[in-house]
Amino acid sequence: MQPTDIRDPRYFHKVVDCQWACPAHTPVPEYIRLIAACRFTDAYMINWESNVFPGILGRTCDRPCEPACRRGRVEKEPVAICRLKRVAADYKDDVRSRLPKKAAKTNGKRVALVGAGPASLTVARDLLPLGYEVVCFDGDPQGGGMMRTQIPKFRLPETVLDEEVNYILDLGLETRFGQRIDSMKALLGQGFDAIFVGSGAPRGRNLEIPGRQEAAANIHIGIDWLSSVSFGHINRIGRRVIVLGGGNTAMDCCRTSRRLGGDDVKVVVRSGFEEMKASPWEKEDAMHEDIPIFNFLVPKEFTHKGGKLTGIVFEKVKAEYDAKGRRNLVPAGEPPVHMECDDVLVAVGQENAFPWIERDIGIEFDKWNMPVVDQATMASTLPHVFFGGDAAFGPKNIIWAVAHGHDAAISIDKLCHGEPVGDRPPPMVNLFSQKMGIHEWSYDNDISNDLRFKVPHRPKEIALKDVRLEVELGFDDKLAFEEAQRCLNCDVQTVFERNLCIECDACADICPVDCITFTHNGTEADLRSRLNAPSKNLTQDLYVSDALKTSRVLVKDEDLCLHCGLCAERCPTGAWDMQKSLIQMVHAGHECRSRSSA
Amino acid sequence: MTYIAKPKLRHPDLPKNKLGYTRRDYEGSISTLCAGCGHDSISAAIIQACFELDLPPHRIAKLSGIGCSSKTPTYFLGSSHGFNSVHGRMPSVLTGANLANRDLIYLGVSGDGDSASIGLGQFAHLMRRGVNMTYIVENNGVYGLTKGQFSATSDKGSKSKRGAVNTDAPIDLVGMALQLGATFIARSFSGDKTQLVPLIKAALTHKGAAFIDCISPCVAFNNHVGSTKSFDYVREHNESVNRLDIIEGRSEITADYAPGTIEMVTQHDGSVLRLHKLALDYDPHDRISAMTYLQQRHAQGEIVTGLLYVDPEPDDLHDYMNTVERPLNELGEQELCPGSKLLDKLNAALR
Repeated sequence: MQPTDIRDPRYFHKVVDCQWACPAHTPVPEYIRLIAACRFTDAYMINWESNVFPGILGRTCDRPCEPACRRGRVEKEPVAICRLKRVAADYKDDVRSRLPKKAAKTNGKRVALVGAGPASLTVARDLLPLGYEVVCFDGDPQGGGMMRTQIPKFRLPETVLDEEVNYILDLGLETRFGQRIDSMKALLGQGFDAIFVGSGAPRGRNLEIPGRQEAAANIHIGIDWLSSVSFGHINRIGRRVIVLGGGNTAMDCCRTSRRLGGDDVKVVVRSGFEEMKASPWEKEDAMHEDIPIFNFLVPKEFTHKGGKLTGIVFEKVKAEYDAKGRRNLVPAGEPPVHMECDDVLVAVGQENAFPWIERDIGIEFDKWNMPVVDQATMASTLPHVFFGGDAAFGPKNIIWAVAHGHDAAISIDKLCHGEPVGDRPPPMVNLFSQKMGIHEWSYDNDISNDLRFKVPHRPKEIALKDVRLEVELGFDDKLAFEEAQRCLNCDVQTVFERNLCIECDACADICPVDCITFTHNGTEADLRSRLNAPSKNLTQDLYVSDALKTSRVLVKDEDLCLHCGLCAERCPTGAWDMQKSLIQMVHAGHECRSRSSA
Repeated sequence: MTYIAKPKLRHPDLPKNKLGYTRRDYEGSISTLCAGCGHDSISAAIIQACFELDLPPHRIAKLSGIGCSSKTPTYFLGSSHGFNSVHGRMPSVLTGANLANRDLIYLGVSGDGDSASIGLGQFAHLMRRGVNMTYIVENNGVYGLTKGQFSATSDKGSKSKRGAVNTDAPIDLVGMALQLGATFIARSFSGDKTQLVPLIKAALTHKGAAFIDCISPCVAFNNHVGSTKSFDYVREHNESVNRLDIIEGRSEITADYAPGTIEMVTQHDGSVLRLHKLALDYDPHDRISAMTYLQQRHAQGEIVTGLLYVDPEPDDLHDYMNTVERPLNELGEQELCPGSKLLDKLNAALR
């Protein structure tokens, strides 16, 4: 193999699995260390700069970082990254003095945002301090989009949402809330320099089976129902409720029902329990609230009597796999099941809907009726119209919306400065030694043996009484410290200097996870077969040095490295050093533009 | 010195041996020796050898004397029996332990100071008595704990870190072991585990006195230009006479090798040593020619490594002394007290 080029910013970025997996590339280990040091405000600001909504995401994020966490590969569970983020938000001081100021003067460029959800608000946050005049339209009376309408208050208190939305409004966002855009053509006619569409995936999928029309009064579309609950239009539901669907919306629907009078609430899914789309922890929380989940049941008919819903008939199915491993649900051949209920919530998916975008104005749509959007620039086929969030590529989650918002803001900034939007700025990388003494480092390299700590919850008897009472209490500072100590500091990199190595084997001998090998070079597959410990995770790179004195090379399998620094401590010549790689994404502003026009 | 404990987290797919242990189950506490010390590599090689041999850790006794080398038993085999003896007195303590309990596997770890200076007499007598043990000398040619004076194994003419030239002739422990009748003799290098681990395995399975002289560079005081025990010097002058594989049990041996390049040595316990000859004219069963060969090569400045001598059918101290088969702690009153009649008879014979 060729020697590893650690100057490539992607190399060490990939080692920081959590940051690599985060769509917004939040420097996770950096803020976790700050939490352990009780520097909550600093930890919050790192998050705020990167993901804009730390308090919201710390409660609601889909956590792509956690399945990626290296800790989950050396023991049972990953670090509770998401809930540590919440700790930063809960314990921070007043951060207003550290937020960007309202731009002193306008740069004369006007940007329209369609929708006031996380994607649009991110664009606004990135562009407002630069002097852009940003106008945000939304049909709802308040900003926040799906964060306000679809996420129940017992998961995300209104105060947290308002605080983080207001930070952006306070930057001078011109809000046109309550004003739904119903014609893109008309909006284009208003002379904006750029338009960003962050209108989400606002249409809940319906379920057209017999009885749907007759029993319509007690059959509700999940996201619309949640929205009505959120704005206080609905505050009761029947005693017996069936929620159809297995995603996170279904989990929110059933748990909300439990708080609005439903004391016999069930979730029924077509698929198997394991394949449900809902995050495992959301399923757990639902079951904890005495909501059973029935699987492999396909709804066939709503039963009704005298115009009133009485229940649902289901067909029992089983999973069969074809030669290609694709799953098919086939009838199990058992008699149909009838479940009685008073209300049904349909949460079987969401769709995008762009009836308000005329098809003759240069914005191309594909065969699924989705806009054609560039994955990197978020640009549509009309150069100054951009899409982001669920509106771009279908339903994802908040953190993806934030990432899209950052990317679109860069594109808009470049467009308005006459630069090609396709030139994307590389991240800023700092690599610096953490050595403080012979065996002292500026980070805590003593690995904690603790297992993941559970977030305390409010007692069920109290939590179920109020739909606006937050269930999770969050880590207290002591638990937060213990959990933060589980982080392996994957951003503190093992950097090898070939010229200093005397091949004494000390590093290979001490490595607690046997990731270091000195051997003769070969192809990657060959090397992986000859390492000191099995090297099965092909998604993780091998760090290979140039040839050493004995013509062997150093090979380090990044997969399970604990970043404990023992290789560097046992190295007599300092050939190993622990260096922190701080990787920060570049956002809109002069740093994202090319030098010549900056 | 490292202040933190070695993390408990380990590679989840670490291979397990027949006893269900991983290599890490054979570790001790974290080393307090200088970073990069050759001794730590030897500890790692011992761990690897015991793991590969499926040895139950509680059946091993590790004994040592005083010095950097003699600290190392703390850093491996944390679940084994251990004894840190007086300086240079490991051989006599070990001999006593061995006589009392012949069922344990004995591993003595010593250094050039402990064995070639203060303990030279002890070393000599253990070898000539054929105590069933593995004797590893971690030989760095320097007194590291007292900051770098020449030791008894420093080569004449070699330079200290401060530039002084050694005027004394060196003691060659391999030559002494050959002369004194040890039945397994090897020399190796801490920086070459592919050679060292099989040698330790072979020594541990050998019945009788097995001696390994392991050159182990002292990174702090003897790894400079002018030293003959530095990483660079040993790598440049290392002349390996053979490579060893150890095949446990009587598993089938099918590999094809050019004639004359391979030799199988079956040990008393059935394990087979497969010797890949690198120096074709070297015969590891001829004590006298081995001594000559080593002297000749040494005169040319070469360091001969590998399995230098092995007697596949050795006797040990217990054979010579015709001792009881069972460990003393398993003998009951029946065996230990022959009765008053026998005592009377014995007393009568002495009147």
